[in-house]
Amino acid sequence: MAELSFSGLTKRFDGHAALDRVSADIGSGEFVALLGPSGCGKTTLLRLTAGFETPSEGSVTLGGEVMADATRFIAPEAREIGIVFQSYALWPHKSVARNVSFPLEVRRVPQPERDARVAEALALTGLSAFAHRMPAQLSGGQRQRVALARCLVFEPRAMLLDEPLANLDLALRASMQEVFRMFHQRTRATMLYVTHDQGEALALADRVAVMERGRIRQFAAPEDLYREPADCFVAGFVGDGAVVSARACEPAPDALRIEVLGCRVPTRTNTRRPTHASIRPENIRLSHDAPLRGRITGCTYLGGRFRLTLEAAGETLTAFATQRARLGETVGLSLHDLWSFHDPEGKVLMARAMAEA
Amino acid sequence: MIATRLRKGGSRSLDRLLPLILLPVALIALGPVLRLLLEGVGLGDGLTSEHLTTVLIREGTRTALLHSLVTAGGGTLISILIGASFAFLVALTDIRGKGALVFCLMVPMMIPPQITALAWMQVTGPSSVLLKMLGLAPPLGSPQPLHSPQGIVLLLGIQHASLVFLTLRAGLRMIPADLVEAARMCGGGTLRVWAQVVLPLSMPALIAGAAMAFVTALGNFGIPAMLGIPARYSTLPTLIYQRLVGLGPSVLPEVAVLSLLIGLVAIAGVLAGRAVLSRGGFGLVGLSGTPLAFSLGRARLPVEIALWAFIAMILVLPLLALLATSLIPAYGVPLSFETATFKAWHEALFVQPVTRRAYANSLFLAVAAALILMAICLPLAWLMERRPSRITRLLDGLIDLPYALPGVVLSIACILTFTRLPFTELTLYGTIWIILMAYLARFFVVMLRPIQSSLAQLDPAMEEAAASVGARLGRRLRAIVLPLAAPSAAAGAILVFLTAVNELTVSALLWSSGTETLGVVIFNLEDSGETVMASALAMSITCLIVALMAAVQLGARHFPKGTIPWQS
Repeated sequence: MAELSFSGLTKRFDGHAALDRVSADIGSGEFVALLGPSGCGKTTLLRLTAGFETPSEGSVTLGGEVMADATRFIAPEAREIGIVFQSYALWPHKSVARNVSFPLEVRRVPQPERDARVAEALALTGLSAFAHRMPAQLSGGQRQRVALARCLVFEPRAMLLDEPLANLDLALRASMQEVFRMFHQRTRATMLYVTHDQGEALALADRVAVMERGRIRQFAAPEDLYREPADCFVAGFVGDGAVVSARACEPAPDALRIEVLGCRVPTRTNTRRPTHASIRPENIRLSHDAPLRGRITGCTYLGGRFRLTLEAAGETLTAFATQRARLGETVGLSLHDLWSFHDPEGKVLMARAMAEA
Repeated sequence: MIATRLRKGGSRSLDRLLPLILLPVALIALGPVLRLLLEGVGLGDGLTSEHLTTVLIREGTRTALLHSLVTAGGGTLISILIGASFAFLVALTDIRGKGALVFCLMVPMMIPPQITALAWMQVTGPSSVLLKMLGLAPPLGSPQPLHSPQGIVLLLGIQHASLVFLTLRAGLRMIPADLVEAARMCGGGTLRVWAQVVLPLSMPALIAGAAMAFVTALGNFGIPAMLGIPARYSTLPTLIYQRLVGLGPSVLPEVAVLSLLIGLVAIAGVLAGRAVLSRGGFGLVGLSGTPLAFSLGRARLPVEIALWAFIAMILVLPLLALLATSLIPAYGVPLSFETATFKAWHEALFVQPVTRRAYANSLFLAVAAALILMAICLPLAWLMERRPSRITRLLDGLIDLPYALPGVVLSIACILTFTRLPFTELTLYGTIWIILMAYLARFFVVMLRPIQSSLAQLDPAMEEAAASVGARLGRRLRAIVLPLAAPSAAAGAILVFLTAVNELTVSALLWSSGTETLGVVIFNLEDSGETVMASALAMSITCLIVALMAAVQLGARHFPKGTIPWQS
C-alpha cells in the first residue's frame, strides 16, 4: 500500500478544464471517497490516477514515485493500481476464475501459487462456488464481487472504484457497502472511491473530497463535512437542511453570535466574518413560545419521526418532529448549535437546487 | 499526439510500432489505384494525350461505353423492381418465413455472375437439357435468347437485386412506427399511408441502393462476357478484356484509359448515391420499439406464394437446369435415369488437371486473402477505433475505393503497379502473387468493416481493466481484444473467402497458365464448348458457397449486429 498525492493537477478537454488545479494527499491505507454531482471531474481524477488520461498540468504521485507529470508518464499497466469499473468490465470470454487469475498470469506467477491466490481472493469475496461460471451467468452483485476479486488478487498499491454500486438495486447496495467496508478493514488498501451518492460516501470513507466543477471544495472526514461545511456548495450538497445568509453581531467577541433569520443565536464557526449558516434539521427545535415562527408546508413520515418542511423568514427550512403536523400550521422555532462560515461567492439558491436534484 | 510522446515509462514499443502498419496497408490497398491515376495524368512513358484522344474518339470505345450505360441502367431498373418489392413486403408486412426468403434472395448475389449466366443459359436456348427433358426446347438452330442486351440486362438485374433490397430494408427499419400510426389516426388508408408517408421517407435509401446496384452492374464482367461476347456486344469491361487478351501488354496504356473511363462513371455513380443519402436525411427521430408492420390480411397467402414462386424462378429453376446439364454424359444427350451420370463431376473434381489446379489456386487465394486480411485488419481496426488520427481517418475514407471501383479498373491498376515492382527488376505479372495482391486490395474493406463494428461496440473499460492489472498492449490485444473480436473477424474472413473463391473479374485479367482461378476456368470451359464440365464445376462451387452461407447463418447469433450483410 502506498500514499497517493495530486499536485496542481489539471486536465483540459478541448480547452475546457474538467479538472482545475487539484491538490490533495491521501494517506497509505486510507479510504477516500470522491463525491460530487455528475460532470464535477471526479471520474477524470480517477482516470488520471489510473493512467488512462495524461494530465495537462500538475502531477500524480504514488508512494513517492511520480506517475505522471510534464516529463514523465508511467503507463497504466506499470502502475500497480487496481480499478473496479462501474460497468465491472469483466471479460465475457473468461470464466470467473480466469478473470481473477489474469493479473497473475500477466505477472507470470507460477501455477500453484496462482491457484492458491485466486482461491483466496474468491473466498474473500464469497465467490468460491462460482469459480467456473461465466460472467454472463452471474447476477449484478456477483459480477461486482468478481471485479473486486480481480482487483485485489494482485495486491495493488492502490485501488480505484468508479461508482461501483451505481448499477445495483437498493438492497444489494447496502450489502455491498458492507462488503467494501469489511474488505477495506482486512486489506488496509489505499482506496479511492468515486460516487455521486453522499450516503455511500459518508458511510464508507475515512475522508470525503467533495468536488464541483473540477475543484475539490472540501476534503475532510464525513462528520466534519456534515458539521462544518466549508462553503455553501458543500453545506447544500452534503446532508439535509438549509443554507441561509448570516452575519456576525457587533461587537464580535470570542463566543460569536450571528444574526440569522432575524434572530440572534450563538454559533460554531471558523471565521470572524461569517456570511452563511448551515441549519441542519437537528439544529431546529419546535417550541410554542419561540419568537421565530415557521409555517409548515410539507410533512413526510420517515419511520420513527417526521420530516417537516417549513417556511420561515422567507427561507425554506427542514426540521424533525415526533408528531405529525398539519399543513399550514404555524409553529415556533428555536435554533441551536448552528455552523456558520465565510463564503462571499456562495450562491445559496444554486447549491440548494443541486442538492435537491 | 502529445500523449504518445509522453509515454516513456515502461516498454511501450508496440504502441509506437503499431501505427507503422498503416504504411503497407496504404500501399497495398491504395497504391495500385494511385498508380492508375498517375498513369492518367501522364506518368510513365506509355500515355500521352495522343493515346487519350485515339482511344476516346474510336468508335468501339463509344459503343462500349453506351452499351455499359444501357445494360447497367436497365439492370438497375430490374434490380429496383425486384429488390424494392421484396424490401417493402419483407420489412413492412406480416408475411411468414422472412429469414428463409431473405437467405434465398441473397444467394444470387453470392453466386459468381459467370455461374449465374451459365445456369440461365441452361434454362433457355435450343440445347437446354431441362427443356429437352420436358419436351419444351425450341428447335435446334434457333438462337440462344440470352445472348443479347436484354439477356444481360435481365441477369444483371437479378444478380444485384439484393443490393437494393438490403439498403432499402435498412432504411425502412429506421422509419418509426408511430409516424405511420399517426398517419392512420389522421384517417389515411393503407395505400395512402404507403404512398404519402412510407415511400417518400424511404426514397433516399432506395436511391442509394440503386446507385450501388448501378455501379456494381457497371463493373460486372462475368455476365456480359458470357452473354455479350458470343453476340458481339461489348461493354467496357469486356472490351478491356478482349483487347488485353488479344493484343497483350502492349495495349496497356490504351486499356488504362478505358479503365479510367469506367472508373470515372463508377465514381460518379457512387458520389450521386452518397449525395442523395446525405441530403435526403429527414432527421427521423426516435427508434420506436415496435417495428412498422402492415397486416396483409387475406392477401397474405397469395403474396407469400407469389414471392416463393419468384424465388423458384430466379434461383431454383436456373440451378436445376445447371444440375441437369452437369449430369449428362455429353452435350446434346438428353437426360433420363439411364443417361444420368456423375462423369463430368468426377472429371471436374478429380481428373482434369486444370480444374483441380483451379480449385487449388482459388482455395489458396481465398484462404490466404482471408487470413492475411484478418491478421492486418484486427490491429488496424483497433488502431482506427482507439487511436484515431488524421491518417487513420483518411485511410478509413479511401479504403472503400478498391472495392467500389469496377474489378477491371483494379486489375489494370495492379498490372501497372506490379508488372515491374517499383525500384526493382522483379515482376509479379504472370504469378499467382499479383492475383493475391489484387484480392488483398479489393477485399480489404470486406474484412475491415465487420471488425470495426465489433470493436466499436466493445466497452473500452475491457481493455482498461486489463491495463490496470498490468497487461501491456500486446497482451491486451491477444488476451482481450482478439477473442472478443474473433466472431466478427471469422464472419469477415468467411465473407472474404466467399467473395474471393468466386472471383472472376480481377483474375480474368491477371491469370496466366498455371494460375487459373475457378472463375476463369468455368469461363474458359464454356468458351471452348465444354459446357457439361463447366456446369459440373459451377454446380460444385454453388454447393460450397451455399453451405458456407448456411454455416454463417447458423452462427448468426454469435456475431455482433451488422456483421453479416444479409442480416441487420
